[in-house]
Amino acid sequence: MKKRGETTAEDILQTAKALRWEIGGNIHEKLVEAIYTDAARIADRTVTREGVRPRFDLDHSIDHLVTSRIWGFPILLLLFTLVFWITISGANVPSRIIASFLIDTIYPVLSDGAANIGLPWWLSGLLIDGMYLATAWVFSVMLPPMAIFFPLFTLLEDFGYLPRVAFNLDNIFKKCGAHGKQALSMMMGFGCNAAGVIATRIIDSPRERLIAIITNNFALCNGRWPTQILIATIFIGTLVPTHLAGLISALSVVSIALLGVLLTFIVSWFLSKTWLKGEVSTFSLELPPYRPPRILQTIYTSIIDRTIFVLWRAVIFALPAGAVIWLSTNIHVGGLSIAQHLINFLDPIGLLLGLNGVILLAYIVAIPANEIVIPTVLMLTVMVAGLQGVGAGAGVMFELESAIGTLDILNAGGWTLLTAVNLMLFSLIHNPCSTTIYTIYKETGSWKWTIVATLLPLGLGFTTIYLVAQIWRAVAFVL
Amino acid sequence: MTSEAHKSHSPVCDSCPVHHAANLLKLGVNMTDWDFVVALAGNPNTGKSTVFNALTGLRQHTGNWPGKTVTRAEGGFDYGGHRYKLVDLPGTYSLLATTMDEEIARNFILFGQPDVMVVVVDATRLERNLNLVLQVLEITDRVVICLNLMDEARRHGLQIDHRRLARDLGVPVVPTIARYGEGLDQLLQVIADIATGFSVSKPHRIQHLTPALQRAVSQLTAQIESHYPRLPNARWVALRLLDGDQRIAQAIQRGELSTLSSVTEDQPVIDRSQ
Repeated sequence: MKKRGETTAEDILQTAKALRWEIGGNIHEKLVEAIYTDAARIADRTVTREGVRPRFDLDHSIDHLVTSRIWGFPILLLLFTLVFWITISGANVPSRIIASFLIDTIYPVLSDGAANIGLPWWLSGLLIDGMYLATAWVFSVMLPPMAIFFPLFTLLEDFGYLPRVAFNLDNIFKKCGAHGKQALSMMMGFGCNAAGVIATRIIDSPRERLIAIITNNFALCNGRWPTQILIATIFIGTLVPTHLAGLISALSVVSIALLGVLLTFIVSWFLSKTWLKGEVSTFSLELPPYRPPRILQTIYTSIIDRTIFVLWRAVIFALPAGAVIWLSTNIHVGGLSIAQHLINFLDPIGLLLGLNGVILLAYIVAIPANEIVIPTVLMLTVMVAGLQGVGAGAGVMFELESAIGTLDILNAGGWTLLTAVNLMLFSLIHNPCSTTIYTIYKETGSWKWTIVATLLPLGLGFTTIYLVAQIWRAVAFVL
Repeated sequence: MTSEAHKSHSPVCDSCPVHHAANLLKLGVNMTDWDFVVALAGNPNTGKSTVFNALTGLRQHTGNWPGKTVTRAEGGFDYGGHRYKLVDLPGTYSLLATTMDEEIARNFILFGQPDVMVVVVDATRLERNLNLVLQVLEITDRVVICLNLMDEARRHGLQIDHRRLARDLGVPVVPTIARYGEGLDQLLQVIADIATGFSVSKPHRIQHLTPALQRAVSQLTAQIESHYPRLPNARWVALRLLDGDQRIAQAIQRGELSTLSSVTEDQPVIDRSQ
């Protein structure tokens, strides 16, 4: 059979290659155009519309608006501000309820129980004050926002808005040498970077997928929103009159998030020009019809698939972190706790960077989950500043009821506006949490890229806050 | 391998299955207990899963495509004394193989050679959905169009001349409302007619190519046909090669295409196993 005729398989490929050169231009586009023309002709002949056609016109006008050059981005910004606002304000109450249940109700029961059965103080401290409280904290801070953000995000996806976002951002990402679908994984990263890294599976080309994975960390995740909001409220909000405080602190948080988006573009561009050179792959993005989202189903699946999945990983990492915090504040070497030694060691570096030793140590302890940065910072500050009557003792994580009380503690710890600004910047630009690092390793299967994805943002963060600190001090000196 | 491929390929009659059992096995479909294999394609959000569930009922299970993380549902049904295996392909807008889903669907249609291809189409989005239909029609002519969501189309004041559509596409078109089971009996009948070779289609081919592209396609098609005289979709292969499709070029180099064949009277198949 194969001997028949003179043509061989190689001939066919050769002819195809020659013809491709001969035709020139974008054959793919011409082919797609031919298919679309045929489809339009046939559809035109067979479909007749009677009377008014509200749905078709509605879809068209929505598309016209949300993908327009002028309105596309403002609408995008507005919608996501709305989603974040609902997430942040909606998560407050359930967070407090869960926290009061796990910390005010369960925690004393556990402590008393441990005392009753005669557990040694160090064991009950390690297990209950350390591991249990760290996990309780992660639950109360992470679960409510994720349970609100993920369903909202999935609803937008279900409704058909997200493909339009990708459509809007496609051009910028393409100019940066990345894939347009990176817009979608970045959006997901705003909820959780680990979920964002998993979401990059929608990108087929390994090169572009790596860019999306490495830069996903610049999308401010749920674990970092509370830090941003708290610091912006107590340091930046108090700079302006009370009636503007809310707006100004909200805007400063939004600008940090936008800076993250900008960094995503810059780093993507840098990577595609250096280590990850290559062609940008094109994809035809069909804008699917708008559909009324199936709300209950969406809530169910997004909670099962995303929320529980991400939460479980966070808990796995919070348990040892709690133990480390407790141990470092309760083991004493030469009269000082290990935490105190570390703070003393880190203080010069921290001050040079416009931060302090407490923050750096908190970030080291909080590698497992960004959520525990603020409680760790407060706890360590109380200990260093030697404040009496606040907090619950060495190594016990707590949250203060009022923001002003927090401000007093931080002022006592030697904080300035520069410390606050740099903490916000560093919270955006530092290594991913260990859950995300682990996910990156699972997804890329490569230690090399995992290390790049970890150290690149860390280096960038140190550089940024160092420069900000130097400029800040120079300006302050001149003034 | 080749002899096995040919053994499964002994269509001495028109009503015998045409599917490629050896390739299907590689694609994860075991045809031991089944007479025909029917594949279900369509854009996302067309009610494809509803059609799948309505046809298979509880006789279904899900797994993964071999070596891929994409889930696949397959099931079965009996109709007119034959046992049909139904495979749900990933929902795609196109078969140009730019995504993993598209590649899976495309490879199944090309290499698995299903006896019947059911393309589920959203009646309210006919134009967009036809893009996929036209691409399927380039690969195989054993196609049924399941024109679904007819109730929504009516609600939006759309009238669809499905007879005209069938004439233009050259394949049967069955209007359905899968959610309420409407039109599924007729769909089963048409599937059986195509599977058993009772009805033969003359599908539409993509027309509006530029003259230069048209000339190139003709030249390349002629060459492919002379090398693979039994290949049912030489023109489509030519189009894919001109588009620079690496997977198809690879299939040619590895000789995968020579195991595929069409069943028409003027090209009788010699059964080597006998």
